[in-house]
Amino acid sequence: MFGQSILSLVIWVPILAGVAVLATGSDRNAALARWIALAGALLGFIVAIPLVTGFDTSTSAMQFVEKAAWIPAFNVHYHLGVDGISMPLILLNSFITVLVVIAGWQVIQDKVAQYMAAFLIMSGLINGVFAALDGILFYVFFEGMLIPLYLIVGVWGGPNRVYAAFKFFLYTLLGSLLMLVSMVYLYFQSGGSFDIQTWHTTTLGMTAQTLMFFSFLLAFGVKVPMWPVHTWLPDAHVEAPTGGSVVLAAITLKVGAYGFLRFILPILPDASHELSWFVIALSLIAVAYIGLVALVQADMKKLIAYSSIAHMGFVTLGFFMFSPLGAEGGLVQMISHGFVSAALFLCIGVMYDRLHSRQIKDYGGLVNKMPVFAAFFMLFAMANAGLPATSGFVGEFMVILAATKVNFWFAFVAATTLILGAAYTLWMYKRVVFGNVTNPHVEEMRDVNAREILILGVLAVCVLAMGLYPKPFTDVMHVSVVDLLAHVAQSKLP
Amino acid sequence: MDMQTLYLIVPLAPLFGAIVAGLFGRLVGRSGAHVVTIAGVAVSLIASWLVFQDVRAGNTYNGTVYTWMALGDLSFEVGFLIDSLTGMMMLVVTFVSLMVHIYTIGYMHDDPGYQRFFSYISLFTFSMLMLVMSNNFLQLFFGWEAVGLVSYLLIGFWYTKETAIYANLKAFLVNRVGDFGFILGIGLVLAHFGTLDYATVFARAPSFANDTIVLWPDAPWSLMTVIGILLFIGAMGKSAQFPLHVWLPDSMEGPTPISALIHAATMVTAGIFMVARMSPLFELSDVALSFIMVIGAITALFMGFLGIVQNDIKRVVAYSTLSQLGYMTVALGASAYSVAVFHLMTHAFFKALLFLAAGSVIIAMHHNQDIRYMGGLKKYMPITWITSLVGSLALIGTPFLSGFYSKETIIEAVKLSHLPVADVAYWAVLIGVFVTAFYSFRMYFLVFHGKERFHQGHAHGNEPDAHHVEHHGGTPHETPWVVTGPLLALALPSLAIGYMTIEPMLFGDYFGSAIYVADRHPVMHELNQHFHGAAAMGLHAVTTLPFWLAVAGVGLAAFFYLKRPDIPAAIAQRFRFLHQLLLNKYWFDELYSWVFAKGARLLGATLWRRGDQNVIDGFFVNGTAHLVERVSRLVKAFQSGYIYHYAFAMLIGVFALVTWFARLN
Repeated sequence: MFGQSILSLVIWVPILAGVAVLATGSDRNAALARWIALAGALLGFIVAIPLVTGFDTSTSAMQFVEKAAWIPAFNVHYHLGVDGISMPLILLNSFITVLVVIAGWQVIQDKVAQYMAAFLIMSGLINGVFAALDGILFYVFFEGMLIPLYLIVGVWGGPNRVYAAFKFFLYTLLGSLLMLVSMVYLYFQSGGSFDIQTWHTTTLGMTAQTLMFFSFLLAFGVKVPMWPVHTWLPDAHVEAPTGGSVVLAAITLKVGAYGFLRFILPILPDASHELSWFVIALSLIAVAYIGLVALVQADMKKLIAYSSIAHMGFVTLGFFMFSPLGAEGGLVQMISHGFVSAALFLCIGVMYDRLHSRQIKDYGGLVNKMPVFAAFFMLFAMANAGLPATSGFVGEFMVILAATKVNFWFAFVAATTLILGAAYTLWMYKRVVFGNVTNPHVEEMRDVNAREILILGVLAVCVLAMGLYPKPFTDVMHVSVVDLLAHVAQSKLP
Repeated sequence: MDMQTLYLIVPLAPLFGAIVAGLFGRLVGRSGAHVVTIAGVAVSLIASWLVFQDVRAGNTYNGTVYTWMALGDLSFEVGFLIDSLTGMMMLVVTFVSLMVHIYTIGYMHDDPGYQRFFSYISLFTFSMLMLVMSNNFLQLFFGWEAVGLVSYLLIGFWYTKETAIYANLKAFLVNRVGDFGFILGIGLVLAHFGTLDYATVFARAPSFANDTIVLWPDAPWSLMTVIGILLFIGAMGKSAQFPLHVWLPDSMEGPTPISALIHAATMVTAGIFMVARMSPLFELSDVALSFIMVIGAITALFMGFLGIVQNDIKRVVAYSTLSQLGYMTVALGASAYSVAVFHLMTHAFFKALLFLAAGSVIIAMHHNQDIRYMGGLKKYMPITWITSLVGSLALIGTPFLSGFYSKETIIEAVKLSHLPVADVAYWAVLIGVFVTAFYSFRMYFLVFHGKERFHQGHAHGNEPDAHHVEHHGGTPHETPWVVTGPLLALALPSLAIGYMTIEPMLFGDYFGSAIYVADRHPVMHELNQHFHGAAAMGLHAVTTLPFWLAVAGVGLAAFFYLKRPDIPAAIAQRFRFLHQLLLNKYWFDELYSWVFAKGARLLGATLWRRGDQNVIDGFFVNGTAHLVERVSRLVKAFQSGYIYHYAFAMLIGVFALVTWFARLN
């Protein structure tokens, strides 16, 4: 019955569930709110499963397409569809939403319904971003998803949450306004269409491409975030509650990277080639500079936030290698980072719930009190350091190999992550987990409970499965990426 | 059972043991953990033996287990290459691993992390087997990093010990420096060869012999030189070659069984194995081979010197390992790959033996590792004593023992090598013989002979167990059979394996096509002409310089440490700087700590404070906000709401406009 509208379900089921959760009202009904939220998140994940089972990996055409007129006066459509690039991201998002709901189960005691609703609504909106094939529809989802996130940081955040929420909101809004201008320009150039796939074939002069390149780069670069527009991320992470950090790192950053593949590369191929050096330079700075900055962080969340920026540098670097190995490496890195950063922020959340500190110096000797947790944390730390057989290795490996082919020195700088990534992750791990207990409060910390084991265990399976057998992921992506790259190789100059 | 199933059993049996002991350790209990892991490794050893027989019969295998990832034509696979080189490595790894597993029952007897330890060493065995059995660079890197991970976990096994968790982080990071080069080398292989499959790459290699790569303008490098050096940097990390050697001595903070298995017999030889495996690539670049030889010679000689001044029994053996790895590396540089691998094998037996014997001594000394507080243990620990003597004699190259054949051949190979650096390397390995004999027997005499000094010992245990203090004062006694059994089992090959295998391995057709040597590097061929059988080689040894150097080393050690212990002390006094230089390991640790560890943190802090906080946030982000605020405050002042202000402003405006128009006219 819903066979024709899976993508609509994927978008609207979480949003409607979120509204239903809101309807439970005050914290007197918190338990009900939690259960409705969990049911909604699970249902949202279940309705996304047909996207995998029914996916045709042999075609690069859009699948599960839905199209209806929305604002006929401006030729705006409710147009949805996915390919091998966007489908895995929708799955990742729906999956992470379930974990986030479970992760906030006991921790959030204040405004429970609103908290859960914000995550569910955001999940639906983000699915909309990945599924939208109409520029305006994309823009609406793209901006809309900021609102729940803004609220999550601003309401359930730490002491400096207002500064962080404002910074985050203004930073990202600034970028996307220029993008709107570009979209309007594209509307006129394409003869009155907001269809993204039409834009892919629209002829554009070099000046127009260059200007639009920078406007899109700002919009998506802020989200990724790329150096030097990254400084909102550590602040937002530090202030956000655990669930907010998880979604922020695992999903929101991917929206920015996704924009590169859906807009910048196919719409502006000439500018992309011409200015690839610029993106590559920023990406490499992100890897090396941010890696060093991460090394000196005293706050675990800030450390992982900086680590995220460095890892996302691999994504943008991979895209601009213009080869299947590089682009798919970037995509794999996005999915993997979704698992690994989510897991690491959840690990920090586990510690924070017990000790109410994110400072590395307050910990030490955790393994004596929480051996099971220490084992999970070790796995995710190693994944963050890009150890083979974990998902963290796959993307980095692919991008480094792709970079070697383009220019040895690109690979040289990128490969410093082998040293820096291990240094900042394992040095933190050593100070937090190993050694003797020095803080008497650590003495009282209890090991992970069943709920936490469930969440971390599921992520551990994902991290290992993707590391040992990434073929299913690249199989889904490959045809779409090859088609995209063929498209990017063609000039669109008039 | 077909061979493919057998190949799979070899690595999977230890993996199974590791999973059971690791995840269900509490369920299976202590004895369950050692039974399942030992059974896993034993099965693996038997399967390796069967594979070895099959290889001996002339069968090789090169096939895929599963496709890890595929991007159109480009596919990355997990697969096995089984040939004579692999077969030998599989036997060495599983045999030493089995001995170490059994030994661990005794050594870790009282440790609360018993199951975890067995899980780790079985996981290590799995990883090492995947490394040696690989048929492509991807899986090689997998195994490479996986053994590094287990090494990290095991060095830091006693996780509350500050020195151990410092050492394991150091080991991992220094190895990562090597991997940095390694992955770039693999990247260049893929970029130019279009595949990571060994067989294809090796087959195509000759056609790339004269290719160049431009790394910076106007300076083309030979592609094979760059690939060779980058891959070798990986080997330098894993096999602890100068200047990436600093992690290995510190790795002794881990329990002794893993020092034997990982940091002597198997993992640290992965770099040697890798270069031998890649002989078709390395043979194409004399520059890369010279580089390898120089690094090996430096390591062989200068790390040996450090063994002379160490007082920790394990650290003496560790520096000896570094030095011996240097010998293997020199052999690789001389294109004597089979000799390097031969020394790898003999060294695996006698060095594992020496480490396990050291562990046996450590148990008897209640975890005091300082050889100044031992002495005279010969009569209390007969088995440990005799096996240690065998190991030491094998190490210094006593004729007819295993180490003799491999080390003697390395020295000869370097002598015959035509590389321009071979002369220097020859002297390095020659002097190294004397140094090796001296430090080995310094330790041997201090531990097993002379005055009994263990009652003067300070209770400075290496291991955090509590049981070292209360036993102090009793007489030392021999360790249980689970400890001495493996010692005896390793002593046999330490005695005989060289004599038995030198002919087929070096001068027969054992390696066949597994190792490739170019015609312009005829070292093995020339060696063959001088070789007249293992027995003749042993007899001939007494007329050669290395033999007498070794004798001199042993003699000097005996004189210094049995007859006149005042002389070494006087020498240390007289040559204070030299003594300090050696004691402080040439100050490499301090140098690296200052330049890299502190330097990176300083750079990171500067980038963070200046770059992120001052410039980006301070100037641009918050600066923009402040600018907006200031402008709006300024503009706000004009919106005063008083009519006469606006009227006045209007008047001025009209006046200005009129003036302007008037001027235009």
